[in-house]
Amino acid sequence: MPSCRHCGQELIPGKEIEGGFCCAGCRAAFSLIEGLGLDQYYQRRSLDPTQRALVPEDDEAQSLDFSVHAKSYQKDEQVLYLMVEGLHCAACVWLIENVLARKEGVTHARLNMTTRRLELRWKTGLADPNELIHAVAQLGYRLVPYDPKALGDAVSAHERMLLKCMAVAGFAAGNVMLFSVSIWAGNADTMGWATRTFLHWLSALIVLPAVAYSGRPFFTSALEALRVGRTNMDVPISLGVLLATGMSLWETIRAGEHAYFDAAISLLFFLLIGRYLDSRARGRARGAASHLIALGARAVTVLLPDGSRKLLPPGQVPAKSIVLAAPGERIGIDGCVIEGVSDLDASLISGETLPVPAKPGTLVFAGMLNLSAALRLEVTATGEATLLAEIVRLMETAEQGRARYAAIADRVARWYAPVVHLAALLTFLFWTMWVGLAWQPSLMIAVSVLIITCPCALALAVPVVQVVASGRLMRRGILLKSATALERLALADHVLFDKTGTLTLGRADLMPGDWTDKDLAVAVGLAAASRHPLARALARARPDILPEAHVSEMAGLGLECQGVRLGRRAWCGVSDDLADGVGPELWLARPGRAAVRFSFEDAPRLDAETTVSDLKNKNYILELLSGDRKAAVESLARRVGIKNWRSLCLPADKVARLEELKAAGKHPLMVGDGLNDAPALAAAFVSMSPSTAVDVSQTAADVVFQGDRLAPVAETLAVARSASRLVKQNFALALLYNLVTVPLAMSGHVTPLIAAVAMSSSSLVVILNALRLGRRT
Amino acid sequence: MTNLLILIPVALLLGLGGLMAFLWALRSGQFEDLDGAAHRILFDDEPINAKPDIKKDTPSS
Repeated sequence: MPSCRHCGQELIPGKEIEGGFCCAGCRAAFSLIEGLGLDQYYQRRSLDPTQRALVPEDDEAQSLDFSVHAKSYQKDEQVLYLMVEGLHCAACVWLIENVLARKEGVTHARLNMTTRRLELRWKTGLADPNELIHAVAQLGYRLVPYDPKALGDAVSAHERMLLKCMAVAGFAAGNVMLFSVSIWAGNADTMGWATRTFLHWLSALIVLPAVAYSGRPFFTSALEALRVGRTNMDVPISLGVLLATGMSLWETIRAGEHAYFDAAISLLFFLLIGRYLDSRARGRARGAASHLIALGARAVTVLLPDGSRKLLPPGQVPAKSIVLAAPGERIGIDGCVIEGVSDLDASLISGETLPVPAKPGTLVFAGMLNLSAALRLEVTATGEATLLAEIVRLMETAEQGRARYAAIADRVARWYAPVVHLAALLTFLFWTMWVGLAWQPSLMIAVSVLIITCPCALALAVPVVQVVASGRLMRRGILLKSATALERLALADHVLFDKTGTLTLGRADLMPGDWTDKDLAVAVGLAAASRHPLARALARARPDILPEAHVSEMAGLGLECQGVRLGRRAWCGVSDDLADGVGPELWLARPGRAAVRFSFEDAPRLDAETTVSDLKNKNYILELLSGDRKAAVESLARRVGIKNWRSLCLPADKVARLEELKAAGKHPLMVGDGLNDAPALAAAFVSMSPSTAVDVSQTAADVVFQGDRLAPVAETLAVARSASRLVKQNFALALLYNLVTVPLAMSGHVTPLIAAVAMSSSSLVVILNALRLGRRT
Repeated sequence: MTNLLILIPVALLLGLGGLMAFLWALRSGQFEDLDGAAHRILFDDEPINAKPDIKKDTPSS
């Protein structure tokens, strides 16, 4: 089938616009690009089928005033930060930047492909931000202003700081090691004390500023913990590093033999690597929450009493006013249909992907998509009072509760720090009181205990495993979003599934029924002319059949062509009380013949059954929670083999069930998609979401997986379990190392050389152990 | 001994140069968009700020 020259969607024969476009918007976009001489774009791009098609939307972008979001930048420029939706590939980045850069007055237009954020600057007064944005919106992209401060800029600033600290520490560690190796080598034969002290001073010169600079992340965190009367892993780290540096300085001043500068700085270097990896591993899906703003940024067409129309932001629409919803428009308010018949895509609210019919009296909610015909709505609630806002609030509250989970490393640190400090203190007391050594050498020994116990391997034990595990999962299209997701997944014992879009593909497919091939051929002839989801599903069954000419579409009812009708029961003259099972259906009526029914079903994911039995074999308890009707849920539950199921669950019911399980001491894993599941995903002990899901629910889920299969759920659980086993092994290795070296240190036998070798080797062992996870695929 | 006095500063300066280069790259935002940078190189570009000769207005505005 030919496709639109701009947006690349399949063209529906008979409905295309001259020149090979699907709509006037696409044609306008194409001529705009051509006019700017940027038409190489079409050769360069590669469309990503998972992205929104590049169909320009009318009115929407024009109706919003972006200039209120602009901020002043330096003295005569203004800046606007925007999220871009609909980026397919690098060519899109190139196109947007070029279109903007060619506009009068624009000084800077840079689109970050990783974060999909656009920074746009222009000379004040020389360009109109609305016009600039309109030019991009016309190409089919959707732009949403955002506040960089609110969107995790703090996180990336922290990451950058860690990277800088790491660079400084790495530089210092490398150079100091150079001196240390020569000292160790020189000690063996003839290095004089003058040379040694000279090298020590050089080391001090490098290490002191480096420690002051790159130790900050640890020092501040340790201080914060101490201030509230707790300890964390950073307390022994800071103390160890500071004491090691201080003592080495003292030794250097006295022209002594042992300086631990290299140990102190390489310790910091190793730890910063762990910290940085940790921060990177969880930072992937950051900022998806910003898509929420997109829903709030739509303008609503209000019909004023005098008959004129006005575009208003959803929050400013007065209650009881009349609002128009055009086909293809996402509804911005809660209300009630007063005129018009159409279909609504309610997937954002209920999770059900099949459209629901709307007629006067039907309640509609913000976030629903009006599919086939214009509707008039009476507003009942707007802004914060809408169901959508309520769901978002529910999700936020549930998420706060989960943040309290303490990572295993923190729990280990809680007892590790006091034990280590006590051991050092006892060592000091033993040597001064018992043996009667002077306090300086005793302090030296005590400090060497602190250095040797400094939790280098311990601090690497978790992040390295996490990086390896998340790398392995990422290759399978599974993204980990939360730092503690793996630990929590390893504890999960219950798996709760949502139905539509999770166990199923969330797409209607034609079911076998009482129709003949000839019936189908006639029906497809009509259906091929429509964009309605059920008609598309029917057309998919026979892609070889071309649409009839002169098919007319009656919104909310069906299609007609020369007396043949395809559509709703009522439209085809079938009485409503004919019990023919429930579920989505289309009827085909021909003059003089009985009407034929085509039924559709949302098919389960290909491997739903095998994944379910796989999980059962691993002793997970499975459950199905769905907002759908009883019959549909029951048949699917039986088909995939889940014994426990609940139908007609509201979002709050799912949350209640999860709370119930958690109160009973279980650890439920929730697998779901859709905004209606977002509160449940946030309330669960740990959660996963297929990435066909709405972006919002991805922010609530800890893990996001891609593709048409359900196997990632089992795979993730398996990786999580082996990761947690490896973490425990790593802790055991680190403790074993301490058991061997601490007595050595306490007895005063540790030299800087031994400390350096012991510390590096323990870190290496831990890293190598973690790498086993990546190899075993 | 004198060779130490030359070689050590040389080694340090070389290392310092690398460190400075890295910090500069970090500050100038070269690590901000690793995906984008990998693809941008594929588009040989006319200078971005060049104004086109024929100024054609957006068709629908």
